[in-house]
Amino acid sequence: MTRIVELRQGILKKNDELARGLRGRYGAAGVLVLNLVSSPGTGKTAFLERTLRELKASGARVAALVGDLETDNDARRLAASGAPVRQINTHGICHLDAEMIDRHLAGWEGVELGGLDYLFIENVGNLVCPSSYDLGEGIRVALLSVTEGEDKPLKYPTLFNSADAAVITKMDIAEPCGFDRELALKNINEIRPGIRIFETSAKTGSGMEEWLAYLGEERAKKES
Amino acid sequence: MHELSIVSSVVDSVTESLEAYPGAKVLEVRLRVGDLASVVVDSLEFCWGIATEGTPLEGSKLVVKTVPVVMHCAVCDADVELESLQSFRCPRCDEPSSDLRQGRELEIESFEIDDEAGSEAGGVETTGVKV
Repeated sequence: MTRIVELRQGILKKNDELARGLRGRYGAAGVLVLNLVSSPGTGKTAFLERTLRELKASGARVAALVGDLETDNDARRLAASGAPVRQINTHGICHLDAEMIDRHLAGWEGVELGGLDYLFIENVGNLVCPSSYDLGEGIRVALLSVTEGEDKPLKYPTLFNSADAAVITKMDIAEPCGFDRELALKNINEIRPGIRIFETSAKTGSGMEEWLAYLGEERAKKES
Repeated sequence: MHELSIVSSVVDSVTESLEAYPGAKVLEVRLRVGDLASVVVDSLEFCWGIATEGTPLEGSKLVVKTVPVVMHCAVCDADVELESLQSFRCPRCDEPSSDLRQGRELEIESFEIDDEAGSEAGGVETTGVKV
Protein backbone atom coordinates (compact mmCIF):
# COMPACT_ATOMS: atom_id res chain seq x y z
CA MET A 1 0.00 0.00 0.00
CA THR A 2 1.61 3.24 -1.05
CA ARG A 3 0.61 6.59 0.33
CA ILE A 4 1.81 10.14 0.23
CA VAL A 5 2.53 11.94 3.47
CA GLU A 6 2.41 15.70 3.14
CA LEU A 7 4.97 17.47 5.27
CA ARG A 8 5.19 21.05 3.97
CA GLN A 9 8.11 21.82 6.23
CA GLY A 10 11.04 24.16 5.82
CA ILE A 11 14.24 22.16 5.38
CA LEU A 12 16.13 24.65 7.55
CA LYS A 13 13.29 24.77 10.07
CA LYS A 14 15.62 24.27 13.03
CA ASN A 15 17.91 27.09 11.92
CA ASP A 16 14.96 29.37 11.20
CA GLU A 17 13.43 28.73 14.62
CA LEU A 18 16.74 29.43 16.35
CA ALA A 19 17.23 32.58 14.25
CA ARG A 20 13.76 33.78 15.23
CA GLY A 21 14.69 33.30 18.87
CA LEU A 22 17.94 35.22 18.38
CA ARG A 23 16.12 38.04 16.57
CA GLY A 24 13.79 38.35 19.55
CA ARG A 25 16.74 38.51 21.94
CA TYR A 26 18.55 41.14 19.85
CA GLY A 27 15.36 43.20 19.73
CA ALA A 28 14.77 42.96 23.47
CA ALA A 29 18.39 43.96 24.13
CA GLY A 30 18.18 46.86 21.66
CA VAL A 31 21.33 45.76 19.85
CA LEU A 32 21.72 46.22 16.08
CA VAL A 33 23.15 43.02 14.61
CA LEU A 34 24.88 42.99 11.21
CA ASN A 35 25.85 39.94 9.19
CA LEU A 36 28.79 40.68 6.85
CA VAL A 37 29.01 38.43 3.81
CA SER A 38 31.46 38.41 0.90
CA SER A 39 33.95 36.31 -1.04
CA PRO A 40 37.25 35.47 0.66
CA GLY A 41 39.65 38.38 0.25
CA THR A 42 37.12 41.18 -0.20
CA GLY A 43 38.41 42.88 2.91
CA LYS A 44 35.67 42.16 5.42
CA THR A 45 38.14 42.08 8.28
CA ALA A 46 39.91 45.34 7.34
CA PHE A 47 36.54 47.04 6.88
CA LEU A 48 35.32 45.71 10.20
CA GLU A 49 38.56 46.70 11.97
CA ARG A 50 38.04 50.28 10.90
CA THR A 51 34.32 50.21 11.71
CA LEU A 52 34.93 48.86 15.22
CA ARG A 53 37.69 51.37 15.87
CA GLU A 54 35.65 54.35 14.74
CA LEU A 55 32.49 53.26 16.52
CA LYS A 56 34.43 52.67 19.71
CA ALA A 57 36.05 56.11 19.43
CA SER A 58 32.57 57.62 19.17
CA GLY A 59 31.62 55.95 22.44
CA ALA A 60 29.47 53.14 21.02
CA ARG A 61 29.48 49.72 22.66
CA VAL A 62 30.49 47.19 20.01
CA ALA A 63 31.49 43.54 19.74
CA ALA A 64 32.16 41.08 16.94
CA LEU A 65 31.82 37.39 16.20
CA VAL A 66 34.04 36.22 13.39
CA GLY A 67 33.65 33.01 11.41
CA ASP A 68 36.44 31.15 9.65
CA LEU A 69 37.08 27.54 8.79
CA GLU A 70 40.28 27.56 10.84
CA THR A 71 42.61 29.94 12.77
CA ASP A 72 41.84 32.82 15.11
CA ASN A 73 43.91 35.28 13.05
CA ASP A 74 40.93 37.50 12.25
CA ALA A 75 39.75 37.61 15.86
CA ARG A 76 43.22 38.71 16.95
CA ARG A 77 43.31 41.42 14.31
CA LEU A 78 39.87 42.71 15.27
CA ALA A 79 40.62 42.56 19.00
CA ALA A 80 43.28 45.25 18.46
CA SER A 81 40.35 47.68 18.17
CA GLY A 82 39.71 47.11 21.88
CA ALA A 83 36.25 45.64 21.22
CA PRO A 84 35.38 42.17 22.53
CA VAL A 85 35.80 39.67 19.71
CA ARG A 86 35.09 35.96 19.60
CA GLN A 87 36.26 33.57 16.90
CA ILE A 88 33.98 30.86 15.54
CA ASN A 89 35.86 28.06 13.80
CA THR A 90 33.51 26.06 11.59
CA HIS A 91 36.08 23.35 10.79
CA GLY A 92 35.16 22.94 7.16
CA ILE A 93 31.56 24.18 7.20
CA CYS A 94 31.15 26.90 4.57
CA HIS A 95 28.81 29.22 6.48
CA LEU A 96 27.74 30.30 9.96
CA ASP A 97 24.37 29.09 11.24
CA ALA A 98 22.10 30.26 14.03
CA GLU A 99 23.17 27.45 16.35
CA MET A 100 26.84 28.54 16.13
CA ILE A 101 25.85 32.12 16.96
CA ASP A 102 23.67 31.01 19.86
CA ARG A 103 26.44 28.80 21.24
CA HIS A 104 29.11 31.51 20.99
CA LEU A 105 26.92 34.18 22.55
CA ALA A 106 26.44 31.88 25.53
CA GLY A 107 29.33 32.02 27.92
CA TRP A 108 31.04 34.94 26.16
CA GLU A 109 32.88 36.34 29.10
CA GLY A 110 32.20 40.02 29.74
CA VAL A 111 29.71 40.37 26.89
CA GLU A 112 25.96 40.71 27.39
CA LEU A 113 23.66 41.56 24.49
CA GLY A 114 22.00 44.19 26.69
CA GLY A 115 25.34 45.95 27.11
CA LEU A 116 25.90 46.39 23.36
CA ASP A 117 24.82 48.91 20.75
CA TYR A 118 26.18 46.93 17.80
CA LEU A 119 27.12 43.31 17.24
CA PHE A 120 28.92 42.48 14.00
CA ILE A 121 29.03 38.96 12.63
CA GLU A 122 31.73 38.40 10.04
CA ASN A 123 30.58 35.38 8.09
CA VAL A 124 32.83 32.78 6.45
CA GLY A 125 34.13 34.09 3.11
CA ASN A 126 31.60 32.62 0.69
CA LEU A 127 28.99 34.20 -1.58
CA VAL A 128 26.71 31.20 -1.87
CA CYS A 129 25.89 29.25 1.26
CA PRO A 130 25.56 32.04 3.86
CA SER A 131 22.50 33.36 2.02
CA SER A 132 20.46 30.32 3.12
CA TYR A 133 21.18 30.74 6.82
CA ASP A 134 19.35 33.37 8.81
CA LEU A 135 21.38 34.41 11.85
CA GLY A 136 18.61 36.63 13.20
CA GLU A 137 20.51 39.70 12.01
CA GLY A 138 18.86 43.08 11.53
CA ILE A 139 20.98 43.96 8.52
CA ARG A 140 22.69 41.70 6.03
CA VAL A 141 25.60 43.44 4.35
CA ALA A 142 27.03 42.15 1.07
CA LEU A 143 30.59 43.34 0.41
CA LEU A 144 32.33 43.53 -2.93
CA SER A 145 35.86 44.78 -3.61
CA VAL A 146 37.01 46.74 -6.64
CA THR A 147 39.36 43.89 -7.57
CA GLU A 148 36.58 41.33 -7.97
CA GLY A 149 34.86 42.45 -11.13
CA GLU A 150 31.77 44.57 -11.53
CA ASP A 151 29.64 41.57 -12.49
CA LYS A 152 29.92 39.82 -9.11
CA PRO A 153 26.32 40.73 -8.17
CA LEU A 154 25.11 39.20 -11.45
CA LYS A 155 27.09 36.04 -10.77
CA TYR A 156 25.78 35.69 -7.21
CA PRO A 157 22.25 37.09 -7.36
CA THR A 158 20.91 34.94 -4.54
CA LEU A 159 23.25 36.57 -2.02
CA PHE A 160 23.08 40.13 -3.33
CA ASN A 161 19.30 39.98 -3.58
CA SER A 162 19.04 38.96 0.08
CA ALA A 163 21.23 41.86 1.29
CA ASP A 164 19.94 45.00 3.02
CA ALA A 165 23.04 47.06 2.28
CA ALA A 166 26.03 46.74 -0.05
CA VAL A 167 29.57 47.91 0.62
CA ILE A 168 32.22 48.34 -2.05
CA THR A 169 35.67 48.00 -0.49
CA LYS A 170 39.21 49.00 -1.52
CA MET A 171 38.03 52.14 -3.34
CA ASP A 172 41.55 53.56 -2.90
CA ILE A 173 42.81 51.18 -5.60
CA ALA A 174 39.76 51.50 -7.88
CA GLU A 175 41.62 53.42 -10.54
CA PRO A 176 44.67 51.16 -11.05
CA CYS A 177 42.25 48.20 -11.09
CA GLY A 178 40.26 49.77 -13.90
CA PHE A 179 37.15 49.53 -11.74
CA ASP A 180 34.04 50.64 -13.61
CA ARG A 181 32.11 52.28 -10.78
CA GLU A 182 28.98 53.09 -12.76
CA LEU A 183 28.69 49.53 -14.00
CA ALA A 184 29.16 48.06 -10.52
CA LEU A 185 26.47 50.33 -9.07
CA LYS A 186 24.14 49.47 -11.95
CA ASN A 187 24.68 45.72 -11.46
CA ILE A 188 24.02 45.88 -7.73
CA ASN A 189 20.83 47.81 -8.44
CA GLU A 190 19.70 45.32 -11.07
CA ILE A 191 19.86 42.54 -8.50
CA ARG A 192 18.63 44.47 -5.48
CA PRO A 193 16.80 47.58 -6.61
CA GLY A 194 17.01 50.52 -4.25
CA ILE A 195 19.64 49.03 -1.89
CA ARG A 196 21.90 51.45 0.04
CA ILE A 197 25.43 51.26 -1.36
CA PHE A 198 28.56 52.50 0.41
CA GLU A 199 31.83 53.07 -1.43
CA THR A 200 34.60 52.71 1.11
CA SER A 201 38.29 52.34 1.76
CA ALA A 202 39.37 50.92 5.08
CA LYS A 203 42.85 52.21 4.30
CA THR A 204 42.08 55.88 3.66
CA GLY A 205 38.78 55.99 5.53
CA SER A 206 36.86 57.33 2.55
CA GLY A 207 33.16 56.55 2.69
CA MET A 208 33.34 55.56 6.35
CA GLU A 209 31.51 58.66 7.52
CA GLU A 210 28.46 57.84 5.44
CA TRP A 211 28.58 54.19 6.56
CA LEU A 212 28.80 55.14 10.25
CA ALA A 213 25.93 57.61 9.82
CA TYR A 214 23.84 54.80 8.33
CA LEU A 215 24.66 52.54 11.28
CA GLY A 216 23.63 55.33 13.64
CA GLU A 217 20.29 55.77 11.86
CA GLU A 218 19.56 52.05 11.88
CA ARG A 219 20.55 51.79 15.53
CA ALA A 220 18.25 54.70 16.42
CA LYS A 221 15.34 52.79 14.82
CA LYS A 222 15.97 50.04 17.38
CA GLU A 223 15.38 52.46 20.21
CA SER A 224 12.18 53.96 18.87
CA MET B 1 28.59 23.68 -1.24
CA HIS B 2 26.20 23.14 1.64
CA GLU B 3 23.96 20.72 -0.22
CA LEU B 4 25.08 17.75 1.87
CA SER B 5 24.00 19.47 5.08
CA ILE B 6 20.71 20.49 3.43
CA VAL B 7 20.08 16.93 2.34
CA SER B 8 21.03 15.62 5.78
CA SER B 9 18.39 17.90 7.32
CA VAL B 10 15.83 16.42 4.92
CA VAL B 11 16.82 12.88 5.94
CA ASP B 12 16.48 13.81 9.64
CA SER B 13 13.04 15.39 9.19
CA VAL B 14 11.63 12.53 7.15
CA THR B 15 13.10 9.95 9.53
CA GLU B 16 11.39 11.75 12.41
CA SER B 17 8.03 11.74 10.59
CA LEU B 18 8.45 8.05 9.76
CA GLU B 19 8.04 7.14 13.40
CA ALA B 20 4.29 7.32 12.79
CA TYR B 21 4.60 4.62 10.10
CA PRO B 22 6.56 1.73 11.55
CA GLY B 23 7.93 -0.64 8.95
CA ALA B 24 7.15 1.69 6.07
CA LYS B 25 9.54 1.88 3.14
CA VAL B 26 10.22 5.31 1.67
CA LEU B 27 9.87 5.38 -2.10
CA GLU B 28 10.22 9.05 -2.88
CA VAL B 29 10.87 12.40 -1.17
CA ARG B 30 9.63 15.57 -2.85
CA LEU B 31 11.21 18.97 -2.29
CA ARG B 32 10.31 22.48 -3.41
CA VAL B 33 13.38 24.59 -4.09
CA GLY B 34 13.17 28.24 -5.08
CA ASP B 35 15.40 29.65 -7.82
CA LEU B 36 16.79 32.04 -5.18
CA ALA B 37 17.43 29.37 -2.55
CA SER B 38 21.18 29.16 -3.28
CA VAL B 39 20.95 25.43 -3.78
CA VAL B 40 22.11 23.42 -6.78
CA VAL B 41 19.57 20.75 -7.64
CA ASP B 42 22.15 18.44 -9.24
CA SER B 43 24.21 18.55 -6.06
CA LEU B 44 21.18 17.69 -3.94
CA GLU B 45 20.57 14.64 -6.10
CA PHE B 46 24.24 13.72 -6.02
CA CYS B 47 24.31 13.91 -2.21
CA TRP B 48 21.05 12.01 -1.75
CA GLY B 49 22.60 8.54 -2.10
CA ILE B 50 25.35 9.34 0.39
CA ALA B 51 23.07 10.98 2.93
CA THR B 52 20.43 8.24 2.88
CA GLU B 53 22.85 5.32 3.15
CA GLY B 54 22.12 3.25 6.23
CA THR B 55 18.94 5.23 7.01
CA PRO B 56 15.30 4.23 6.52
CA LEU B 57 15.41 6.37 3.36
CA GLU B 58 18.06 4.28 1.65
CA GLY B 59 17.07 3.45 -1.92
CA SER B 60 14.46 6.19 -2.14
CA LYS B 61 14.25 8.71 -4.94
CA LEU B 62 14.64 12.45 -4.52
CA VAL B 63 12.34 14.58 -6.63
CA VAL B 64 13.03 18.31 -6.71
CA LYS B 65 10.46 20.76 -7.98
CA THR B 66 11.95 24.17 -8.70
CA VAL B 67 9.95 27.27 -7.84
CA PRO B 68 10.38 30.38 -10.02
CA VAL B 69 10.89 33.83 -8.53
CA VAL B 70 7.72 35.90 -8.30
CA MET B 71 7.79 39.54 -7.31
CA HIS B 72 5.20 42.22 -6.92
CA CYS B 73 5.26 45.05 -9.43
CA ALA B 74 3.82 48.20 -7.90
CA VAL B 75 3.26 49.81 -11.32
CA CYS B 76 1.32 46.87 -12.80
CA ASP B 77 -0.13 46.11 -9.35
CA ALA B 78 0.44 42.44 -10.11
CA ASP B 79 2.58 39.50 -9.06
CA VAL B 80 4.90 38.75 -11.95
CA GLU B 81 7.27 35.87 -12.65
CA LEU B 82 10.89 36.78 -13.17
CA GLU B 83 12.38 35.58 -16.45
CA SER B 84 16.00 35.66 -15.32
CA LEU B 85 17.98 36.26 -12.15
CA GLN B 86 20.09 38.88 -13.92
CA SER B 87 17.63 41.69 -13.48
CA PHE B 88 14.93 42.18 -10.89
CA ARG B 89 12.64 44.18 -13.14
CA CYS B 90 9.04 43.60 -14.11
CA PRO B 91 8.99 41.67 -17.42
CA ARG B 92 5.92 43.68 -18.46
CA CYS B 93 6.88 47.27 -17.68
CA ASP B 94 10.60 47.11 -16.74
CA GLU B 95 10.03 48.66 -13.31
CA PRO B 96 12.59 47.43 -10.72
CA SER B 97 11.21 45.73 -7.62
CA SER B 98 12.59 44.11 -4.50
CA ASP B 99 9.20 43.00 -3.22
CA LEU B 100 9.65 39.24 -3.58
CA ARG B 101 6.66 36.98 -3.14
CA GLN B 102 8.17 33.60 -4.07
CA GLY B 103 11.49 32.00 -4.94
CA ARG B 104 13.36 31.43 -1.68
CA GLU B 105 11.53 28.18 -0.83
CA LEU B 106 13.53 25.35 0.61
CA GLU B 107 10.86 22.89 1.68
CA ILE B 108 10.01 19.25 2.03
CA GLU B 109 6.67 19.01 0.30
CA SER B 110 5.85 15.36 0.89
CA PHE B 111 7.17 11.84 0.84
CA GLU B 112 5.74 8.62 -0.52
CA ILE B 113 5.86 5.40 1.43
CA ASP B 114 5.02 1.79 0.90
CA ASP B 115 3.23 1.02 4.11
CA GLU B 116 2.95 -2.78 4.16
CA ALA B 117 2.19 -2.78 7.85
CA GLY B 118 -0.69 -0.34 7.42
CA SER B 119 -4.02 -2.03 6.90
CA GLU B 120 -6.02 1.08 6.08
CA ALA B 121 -6.67 2.32 2.59
CA GLY B 122 -4.01 4.49 0.98
CA GLY B 123 -4.39 8.15 0.26
CA VAL B 124 -2.97 11.53 0.95
CA GLU B 125 -2.24 12.40 4.54
CA THR B 126 -1.36 15.66 6.18
CA THR B 127 0.97 15.09 9.11
CA GLY B 128 -0.73 11.87 10.04
CA VAL B 129 -4.33 13.02 9.56
CA LYS B 130 -6.17 11.40 6.70
CA VAL B 131 -7.81 13.85 4.32
